[in-house]
Amino acid sequence: MKKLINKTENLVKESLAGVAAAHADLVKVHYDPNFVVRIDAPVRGKVAIISGGGSGHEPMHGGFVGRGMLDAACPGDVFTSPTPDQMEAATKAVDGGAGVLHIVKNYTGDILNFEMAAELCQAAGIEVAAVVIDDDVAVKDSLYTAGRRGVGTTVLAEKICGAAAERGDNLAKVVDVCRKVNANGRTMGMALTSCTVPAAGRPTFEISDTEMEIGIGIHGEPGRERMALKPAKEIVEMMANVILSDLPFKSGDQVIVMVNGMGATPLMELYLVYNELNKICQAKGITIVRQLVGNYITSLDMAGCSITLLKVDEELLTLWDAPVHTPALRWGV
Amino acid sequence: MVNQESLVAWIEALQEVYAENKEYLTQLDSAIGDADHGINLDRGFTAVRRKLSETKCEDMSAVLKTASMTLISSVGGASGPLYGTFFLRASAVCANKTELAEADIVAMVEAGLEGILHRGKARPNDKTMVDALTPAVNAMKQALAAGSGVKEILEKGVEAAEQGMTDTIPMLAKKGRASYLGERSIGHQDPGATSSYLMLKTAANLWN
Ligand SMILES: Nc1ncnc2c1ncn2[C@@H]1O[C@H](COP(=O)(O)OP(=O)(O)O)[C@@H](O)[C@H]1O
Ligand SMILES: [Mg+2]
Repeated sequence: MKKLINKTENLVKESLAGVAAAHADLVKVHYDPNFVVRIDAPVRGKVAIISGGGSGHEPMHGGFVGRGMLDAACPGDVFTSPTPDQMEAATKAVDGGAGVLHIVKNYTGDILNFEMAAELCQAAGIEVAAVVIDDDVAVKDSLYTAGRRGVGTTVLAEKICGAAAERGDNLAKVVDVCRKVNANGRTMGMALTSCTVPAAGRPTFEISDTEMEIGIGIHGEPGRERMALKPAKEIVEMMANVILSDLPFKSGDQVIVMVNGMGATPLMELYLVYNELNKICQAKGITIVRQLVGNYITSLDMAGCSITLLKVDEELLTLWDAPVHTPALRWGV
Repeated sequence: MVNQESLVAWIEALQEVYAENKEYLTQLDSAIGDADHGINLDRGFTAVRRKLSETKCEDMSAVLKTASMTLISSVGGASGPLYGTFFLRASAVCANKTELAEADIVAMVEAGLEGILHRGKARPNDKTMVDALTPAVNAMKQALAAGSGVKEILEKGVEAAEQGMTDTIPMLAKKGRASYLGERSIGHQDPGATSSYLMLKTAANLWN
């Protein structure tokens, strides 16, 4: 393992200290329990929004804290969900009296820890609602399983709900907006390499130079299927087909697209992927109205990408375009 | 005789067992999860051991409650709230007791398992820790009914947990991260079932 680390145990903390130092104008970092919080929190009368998850997905979630997006983010250990005391402390720190929304990615650990936190906050008299994001089309959905994972749509939901809260929507309305985003967003990911969890010291799975994993999540879990590496055009077609037929996205739809790098894929390749995807959407009569191309929800040093499509209407698009000022996403300011 | 000292000794031993098995459990988790189960438990039980050495627990129940709260706030992942709930329910069984009789030990593990079922909503054959603990509780109850002593009850429990653990290998995961793999989860032993087996085995090695 080769990484820029001092001591593995201190990695998360020292990285948070870097965030605090680099973005002191936007966020503060609280330690023990760890959370990143908006510099001006709590904002009186505004619904507050919190998310959280394992570390190793940067810039998600800490990079999305700031005006127009999250009020706080709770980073767990690498790929491990944060603990209830973090979410409880963060919720109390951002509650401006209008209630707090927890945006939770659908992983058993995240769900259970956020559930325990919500119970603690409600006992303390804070109104808390949770929306679970489960947008990963690689996972078959079923009532009898843990369901689909929460992946790329989380980023779009955090941006859009942040805008809804900022314009003064109440908690019930922000919850509705979040559910609407989740209902209309779909993601699929693929990996060219594994990633190395620092504390484990070696790659999570072995994969040869001629293979790829299709349908991966964001924790180095193996995907649904391993297959021979193909030209990017064919890979994007394969991913797009699954995504498009799932919602389904139809001719005439307007979509926000995110082509996301898993951490170790050059932007040059991500733009190539975007180009292939754009051609596919054009051919199907689907209009890409906004796009993000870059590293937003990563998996440490994994090479690969994910594609997210979110079908939008006027309301979602207006919220998307609203100003946002965070370390990792910034426009309109 | 199982008393407060035995509980503390068990938890201290668990810290050592999970430290020794950190790599192994993480290895199991990298096949069907996210390569952190051993790391999570090692971190959690190290924190519990430190906490217990700093805290004056007034009774058995307090020992297990301290363990529970510390696990909940240090493990994370699915196993944090699940094992945290296990110890919380177990601590309730020890309330107002200074010693645990055979029936209390069985009741403690059973209450812990019920807590895990309540929190995680898994069922037998979902390929989780429940698949090690359920047969263990059943075997312990049988041994109790047959009039066995502490040592034998625990040994029967461990035997059943070990079988339950290896029985997870051919299972298709329906809960937790492993479920995302679908068919590919088949052929691998569940890390949580393995750590649950180790938990009982550690008790069986110490208590009699
Ligand atoms: N719903 C559930 N009920 C019971 N046990 C579960 C459930 N989900 C996961 N587990 C157990 O948790 C173990 C994984 O723990 P760990 O790796 O620490 O957490 P995570 O899966 O969040 O990374 C699995 O091997 C399984 O035994
Ligand atoms: Mg795990």
